[in-house]
Amino acid sequence: MICQDCHQNSATVHLTQVINGHKTEIHVCESCAKEKGYVSEEEEPYSLHNLLSGLFHFDTSAMEKNSSNQTKLNKELTCSKCGLTYKEFTQVGKFGCASCYQTFGDNLNPIFRRVHSGNTTHEGKVPRRIGSDIYQRKKLTDLKRTLQQLITDEAFEEAAKVRDEIKSLERDLNQDGEGEA
Amino acid sequence: MGLEQFINEAISPWLKQDGPDSDIVMSSRIRLARNIEQIPFPIVASQDELEGVLHFVQNHFNHQSFEHYKNLEFVQINELTTTEKQVLVEKHLISPHLANKSNDGAALISKSEQLSIMINEEDHVRMQLYFPGLQLEKALEEAFQIDDWLEEKLDYAFDEHRGYLTSCPTNVGTGMRASVMMHLPALSMTQKMNQMIPAINQLGLVVRGIYGEGSEALGNIFQISNQITLGRSEQDIIENLKSVVQKLIEQERHARAVLMDQSELALEDKVYRSYGVLERSRIIESKETATCLSDVQLGIDLGIITNISKSILNELMVLTQPAFLQQYAGKTLAPQERDVFRASLIRERLTLEQKEEF
Repeated sequence: MICQDCHQNSATVHLTQVINGHKTEIHVCESCAKEKGYVSEEEEPYSLHNLLSGLFHFDTSAMEKNSSNQTKLNKELTCSKCGLTYKEFTQVGKFGCASCYQTFGDNLNPIFRRVHSGNTTHEGKVPRRIGSDIYQRKKLTDLKRTLQQLITDEAFEEAAKVRDEIKSLERDLNQDGEGEA
Repeated sequence: MGLEQFINEAISPWLKQDGPDSDIVMSSRIRLARNIEQIPFPIVASQDELEGVLHFVQNHFNHQSFEHYKNLEFVQINELTTTEKQVLVEKHLISPHLANKSNDGAALISKSEQLSIMINEEDHVRMQLYFPGLQLEKALEEAFQIDDWLEEKLDYAFDEHRGYLTSCPTNVGTGMRASVMMHLPALSMTQKMNQMIPAINQLGLVVRGIYGEGSEALGNIFQISNQITLGRSEQDIIENLKSVVQKLIEQERHARAVLMDQSELALEDKVYRSYGVLERSRIIESKETATCLSDVQLGIDLGIITNISKSILNELMVLTQPAFLQQYAGKTLAPQERDVFRASLIRERLTLEQKEEF
């Protein structure tokens, strides 16, 4: 496949860009990708932060049309912990610290949606130690799902074991809750 | 130092092992990005804060072992020479970013070189774990254990809704990049790879060549990795990646069989010509090296060449990179000198094959 930009080199960077549900495929060679800012020159040349800053721009102009007040507000949002402003974030495409996520809050949803195929909420691992509460609750949800599956599969012996596990986990969680209250 | 000893020390021990489907899948990698709560991310943090992270990690993890990851060695980047840094990059133990752009960067590297934990890269902690062949589940399982072990000492920046918080929005959530390095000569030769790439992209995966300076997939070596890190569990991401990789393996095997069936002589000719170039040339560029190595590897995998060890591509792709050549030469080499040195290293390496089972 030949690069769609320079039509000379073979295309080695392949991206699917989704903007407002509209999919565009991009097939370019690495040098054009760098030039156009689809990729960075660092460890992960497919990292999208440069592409992102383009998307942010798009974002702001759309917002300006809707409400200029809103835009003003967003632009002045500043992380109290590291001092990064929302505007700087849209230019750099990187967060300065963990608190930025809180500060910029729901403004980030459209960005995450674009980068992560419509997703805004984490579904994966939870840290074992600091997230033990979340971890337990998640485990409970998973176990309940397993139980349903086992019942559907008529694996009743297994299901009984899982049910007991759920009960004991629920007891633990309740006790913790009461202890805190 | 003799070449044999140099190679023994240069090639990461895990790379010498065979893994599932290792005739096509060169390696599987899991990378997890983590940050420490209360400390700004490396792009914003002050030097004091970064040094704090560095010393904390050094004090708590230097020379520690976890399970079979023995004796983690703490390597501080600014104490290395340019060549030493570059060698670590060529071995994929650290990123170019850590080697060139991080001020207070370090890495904890296990003895087997299977595990490397980068400190103060784009995120405070970036661990990467390699396995030979296609072993994503195993890699994820062990990466999680190592993650839990690190978390006993480190307070991770984590949010119930956003997941692991990272400096770049493209990593948030799982912080995981799973990737598989594949040698796909038959699919490339028959132009099938080009047709398959758009389909793979549709599934949220990125395909790219990993060797070469700009445009092409040198040595027909491709890296397939997940693009999405938020909203899917690590297991789902890996399952998706694995199913695509398995399809590619199937297609590559099929394309190889068709080539053997329909144009065996032409294929043999191509393989032996490349073998001849590697064995005889006096000046060779990295691009030609990669092409020839890919052909020879295909020849080995198809049983056309039987007297060369199976790991030749993996081994010589790494050994013929600029920093490795310079390390072996013991001095800085200009690009033209490198091409001469590269040719002689390859010749010598192939002579070792005839002497004994290497």
